[in-house]
Amino acid sequence: MTVPGKKSRHITPYGDSFGDGAVQLSFTLPEVTGEAAKEAARRLAMKMGIDDVYVSACEDIGSGMSFIVLYGRTKHGVDTGEIEKYLADRGAATEDVPGMKVIDKMIAEKLGRPIVVLGACIESDAHTVGIDAIMNMKGYAGDYGLERYTHIDAVNLGAQVAVEELVRQAEKRNADALLVSQVVTQKNVHIQNLTRLVDLLEAENLRDRLILVVGGPRISPELAKELGYDAGFGKETLPRHVAYFILNKLLESEGTS
Amino acid sequence: MTGKLTIDHGIVADCRDLARRITGDLMGYIRAHTTDSVERSVVRLLGLDGADKSGTPYPNVFVEAAAREGGLSSGAAGRLADVMLKTDLNPNDAVRAAEKGEVLLTDVPRAGKDERERVLSPLVDGAIGRIEKNRASRERMRTDHPMSEPPLLYVIVATGNIHEDVIQARSAAQMGADCIAVIRSTAQSLLDYVPYGPTTEGFGGTYATQENFRIMREALDEAAEELNRYIYLVNYASGLCMPEIAVMGAFERLDMLLNDSMYGIIFRDINPYRTFIDQHFSRMINARADIIINTGEDNYLTTADAYDAAHTVLASDFINEQFALHSHLEPGQMGLGHAFEIDPERENGFLLELAQALLIREIFPDAPIKYMPPTKHVTGNIFQTHLVDMLFNVCSVMTGQTIHLVGMLTEAIHTPFVGDRYLSVRGARYARNNLRGLGRELRFIDDGVIQNRAREVLEAAHGMLGEIADIGLLGALERGMFADIKRTPDGGKGRRGVVEKAPDYFNPFEAILEAT
Repeated sequence: MTVPGKKSRHITPYGDSFGDGAVQLSFTLPEVTGEAAKEAARRLAMKMGIDDVYVSACEDIGSGMSFIVLYGRTKHGVDTGEIEKYLADRGAATEDVPGMKVIDKMIAEKLGRPIVVLGACIESDAHTVGIDAIMNMKGYAGDYGLERYTHIDAVNLGAQVAVEELVRQAEKRNADALLVSQVVTQKNVHIQNLTRLVDLLEAENLRDRLILVVGGPRISPELAKELGYDAGFGKETLPRHVAYFILNKLLESEGTS
Repeated sequence: MTGKLTIDHGIVADCRDLARRITGDLMGYIRAHTTDSVERSVVRLLGLDGADKSGTPYPNVFVEAAAREGGLSSGAAGRLADVMLKTDLNPNDAVRAAEKGEVLLTDVPRAGKDERERVLSPLVDGAIGRIEKNRASRERMRTDHPMSEPPLLYVIVATGNIHEDVIQARSAAQMGADCIAVIRSTAQSLLDYVPYGPTTEGFGGTYATQENFRIMREALDEAAEELNRYIYLVNYASGLCMPEIAVMGAFERLDMLLNDSMYGIIFRDINPYRTFIDQHFSRMINARADIIINTGEDNYLTTADAYDAAHTVLASDFINEQFALHSHLEPGQMGLGHAFEIDPERENGFLLELAQALLIREIFPDAPIKYMPPTKHVTGNIFQTHLVDMLFNVCSVMTGQTIHLVGMLTEAIHTPFVGDRYLSVRGARYARNNLRGLGRELRFIDDGVIQNRAREVLEAAHGMLGEIADIGLLGALERGMFADIKRTPDGGKGRRGVVEKAPDYFNPFEAILEAT
């Protein structure tokens, strides 16, 4: 067992004593019930690297399926030093992001012109909850949306916008940034949609003139980079995170930073 | 009626008058126009079904042909009658023969009204007969296999594959679900046609097709026999094909359809005129088929704040009620919607939810109210979500809601796993059984938080309806009075499909459905 408080250390889940590796896991098993289901669950957990498996609930939920809750101790742990290094390499933002008023003031003073932001759920995606949270006046979790910013001209094109239409609107409105939301990820449909947009922007020679941002519950910065986007925002993103990113990116490219 | 909330029923009556005026102002326009989807639903009722080699459904093939040769202003049914008279074939065989190049769907002579009516008459009787037969089967099955006492527990399946949906639907019924909704593929609301045949691939859901409806109906009827409990089958008559989905639902004995009068306008950017015409015809079909409609007011609270915008939900329920009455739906078919979405961090939030839920219940006493679980203030911490869902369950049972959408602890993470459904349905059943009589036992103190909140929401809804009555519903949509979303009368998808009826417009079902 390692001692708490050291700089770089090996950690494992904490149940009732430090380093015990206690985990809880639940899942449904098909085609087994009763003792057979319990044993199946125990063996499965062991294959996952969990020792001292205790199946605390094994309930017959009909159709020959069992719902399992189990506890055990994982054999594995992670090194905090390695994680810090990884995050540093990845350039994760650690600085505090200011609020709307400050960002608005920065836009006026440093950039000296309004920012045009277009948002859309593209292609088959009809779930506007994410893009609405970031763009709508009302905002999300007490953080005002981009429409409320004095110096951001935010246009939410809504659901199921064809990528061709988005590109057309971007040209027409001379957009600085495109905000694309993808909520549905079944069968990786979001990857296809996102790739189509990048391909089209490149074909039209627009890619370099725009800041391209993607958001959604399953979007990570890594995925966004891989697909050729400037940034990817996942869950818990607030409107000001997006506004601040776009502002900084513009300041950088316009050499006024 | 005496209620626990002691609201002013004079204001309620005035709200109804205002909503009648608001919707009545649009009825003249609605009755004077048709749409391509209404016409497709008419030829579907006449038995046209199937798809050509490229996958284009026959109703689209035929209605597009009719539109090409002079528009739909006279109605597609008359031209279908003309083709039948010319070819001596039934509608499906005629379109099939046209596909092979053996006959023409256009340039056929125009028959007179009497002759058209004569050739279509057996088909019209067949359609109405099929709908009546399904009504009777539902009645019989509900008598033989009585449903649970409300709240009826409503869960979704959304695998994309109808055969996998069947497995999950059976499993959900065994767990205690009373209503199974097959979520549609995410792109379907904006398709201007209804796909044909069984489907095994969809995104975030399964395509609504008539064959998929039939497959699921059969599975749920088997489950009803097994469990001795009739299970409602639910789908979505929204988007660009509202009337066609209603026909398919009537033909395959669906029990409930999402069928809002404004949802498509607000949340799918479908043209307002198109939607108002489509909702009217689709609702008349639902009225005849005894299908319960669900309205989508809960969605307002996913964009607007649930506390600030509670009155918009109530105002919209009044409007949906009046549109439903224009379509001859009975109050018992009106699953008017609302939701439990107040921020859980708000002090006394539960009391406010109680007030709002009971307010809707008292104002629409005969409607099978549809109550939606929290989705907005749900974070992905399944344990916390399970707790919030339980308060929702308590509120629903206490206030006598009818259709209870079961909140899933994995909301905001993925479409429900089998095990998620198990835990969530179990939680809802726990509340339904354990608190069964609580609502009846309780009275609220005069002028307390609950009564005051109910009064405040009613008064705000009254004010909003007054404002809408002044500017018209189209004006209200233009100003973004619902869900903070602005829609212009001529914007949105599907505007082109709206056609003014000519004096010789012919639709053999219209008079029958208007007389429901």
